[in-house]
Amino acid sequence: MKRSRITEVNDWFLERFPLTKLWNEHMAHYYAPKNFNFWYFFGSLALLVLVNQILTGIFLTMNYKPDAKLAFDSVEYIMRDVNWGWLIRYMHSTGSSAFFIVVYLHMFRGLLYGSFKHPRELIWIFGMLLFVALMAEAFMGYLLPWGQMSYWGAQVIISLFSAIPVIGDDLSLWLRGDYVVSDATLNRFFAFHVIAVPLALVMLVFLHIVALHEVGSNNPDGIEIKKLKDPWGHPVDGIPFHPYYTVKDLVGVGVFMLFFATVIFYMPEMGGYFLEHANFIPADPMKTPEHIAPVWYFTPFYAILRAIPDKFAGVIGMGGAIVVLFLLPWLDRSPVKSIRYRGGIYKKALCLFVISFLALGYLGTQPATPTATIFARLFTTIYFGFFLLMPIYTRWEKTKPVPKRLTKVHSLEEQLHTLEEQLPTLIEEITVLKPAATEIGHSAFKGSSFTRQPNPEGIKNVISRLVKKVKGSLD
Amino acid sequence: MKNLIALFLLLLSFGGAASEGIELQKANVDLSSNDSLQRGAKHFVTYCLGCHSIKHIRYLRIALDINVDPKKILKDIAPEGANIYDQLHSAMNAHDAEKWFGIQPPDLSLIARSRGADWLYSYLKSYYIDPKSPRGVNNLIFEDTAMPNPLWQLQGDQHAEPKKNIWGKEYTKLVLEKPGTLSEGEFDIFVNDLVNFLVYAGEPVQLERQRIGKYAIFFILMFIVVAYLLKKEYWKDID
Repeated sequence: MKRSRITEVNDWFLERFPLTKLWNEHMAHYYAPKNFNFWYFFGSLALLVLVNQILTGIFLTMNYKPDAKLAFDSVEYIMRDVNWGWLIRYMHSTGSSAFFIVVYLHMFRGLLYGSFKHPRELIWIFGMLLFVALMAEAFMGYLLPWGQMSYWGAQVIISLFSAIPVIGDDLSLWLRGDYVVSDATLNRFFAFHVIAVPLALVMLVFLHIVALHEVGSNNPDGIEIKKLKDPWGHPVDGIPFHPYYTVKDLVGVGVFMLFFATVIFYMPEMGGYFLEHANFIPADPMKTPEHIAPVWYFTPFYAILRAIPDKFAGVIGMGGAIVVLFLLPWLDRSPVKSIRYRGGIYKKALCLFVISFLALGYLGTQPATPTATIFARLFTTIYFGFFLLMPIYTRWEKTKPVPKRLTKVHSLEEQLHTLEEQLPTLIEEITVLKPAATEIGHSAFKGSSFTRQPNPEGIKNVISRLVKKVKGSLD
Repeated sequence: MKNLIALFLLLLSFGGAASEGIELQKANVDLSSNDSLQRGAKHFVTYCLGCHSIKHIRYLRIALDINVDPKKILKDIAPEGANIYDQLHSAMNAHDAEKWFGIQPPDLSLIARSRGADWLYSYLKSYYIDPKSPRGVNNLIFEDTAMPNPLWQLQGDQHAEPKKNIWGKEYTKLVLEKPGTLSEGEFDIFVNDLVNFLVYAGEPVQLERQRIGKYAIFFILMFIVVAYLLKKEYWKDID
């Protein structure tokens, strides 16, 4: 058969570049566990948001001016005079918050299923480096609109470096390039935000994924699927990433975009959390805002900083809150990975940790009143307690036996189906049939019609069963 | 666990208490009302533009957005000699402003986005006679504001009266002393139109983005359906 021109070009290319090999290694022949659940969407979503930030960022750069005199106005110019500029800008500003939401959920997944444990320590380290780079990216990007909160937020955070003994003052001067946040600071932050940190982010994402594909993905059961292979050498509990997870992640992308678009088109400020109100006033170095609060995604760490009375100790505490995350693979001494087979202590500890993280996040947005500070200290203690006591309680607690094979996942449809089946009995239990009070009063109607009325006894039973179930799941 | 929940509730309660201040009056913002926006634009040019710019918007954009003929906006709304492509710049120079008011009056393009509509509405209605203040007036919402009341002829003079509510808590009530050229109801509408215009000017694209949002969300819903069916088809042989 005569070879067509296209095949020839194709072959020419493949002889020189291992495209098929790469595709197979990372997509078509990359075997992932088949029981990924809801929590496993956020890795691919983080990648989607990164692409969104890079693309919208490129377009923003075309009209943005990194100049203390022009920056604020150029952002408003994008919002008003540039065609579709408002959309691009909102995609970028909402994207930054979405990035943190997705990444926090992605990290929480790791805590749930022990994805940071042996042999995935390096994936976790790369992931943490990504998180630090992301925070740097977000912090420097926030200065660029040159609003009041941009300016004073940067002023506060950079001044933290001056708390470091001996070199502190010179260090913060070196970072700012001036004695206060100024045009010099804006220019260097722009350079870091648009090229230096994004490059680091992309490289770290590459390393994160390469490391992941080397050891294989973890799963909600925390079982190594590579231990059990079929005669062809594929894991019995694995399925090729493409097409199975590409199509599944597509659904996740759709649902994510639904939320994302709702925010962009209907609530781009998100009540002052995604775009802070004070940032609609141009930066004024002579006027400090009454209340300086970082954007929501930094507030847990900001609350830790403020909770500690001494400034330098506070900086150490804030840094420590992030450093301690790096150590997680070695702090956890549990023989099992997944929360499904851990004992009750880890479950309760994780629960407390989540509560304290959210509470610290809330406290970071509020003024530091004496009461708020007491609470911030309490939650800071829980935050660090979760990590630092981990070597003790994870070794101490009794774990459950881990199965050899993955447990079955119940699809959404199956769950809905069982719910549908249980619904009539549930309604039967929480309501009681009573003869309808007929206003007509004719004897022929009496006793022939009934209405359902809530049954307090039944409702109490259902609630107590639910509470018992929740309590049981924490053991 | 119980203690923890109790602690958390306590936490929420003091958060609420911390934000206590003077209660703001609610502005009725309706960006779809071109009549209100047209009146608001006119009020702005008449009463505010003397000192405050809105440099991020042009007459043409306003004309297109609030459905006024560009020629008509130049004749009826814009000051004499303005060009349709001009931004709304105040004629007062910064040097004079600082001499007269101590500060340069801020650009109001984004004032509604930073302060909020209710704040603006309440602020403009809360001037009262205060002989102790250098300008003879003060403001309940923004104490010792540098801005004299630009609408005093319309509103008339108010004075502050200390009162107690039924729980014995003290508050200040503003009482109209000398009526202005507008009745109280007319003045409320006047201020509301002005605030409405400022909310529009803060983000001119608001109505447009809400309109486009419907299509975007409809498209995404369709996408979810297709993606879900595709996923189901691929996954039917995986147990």
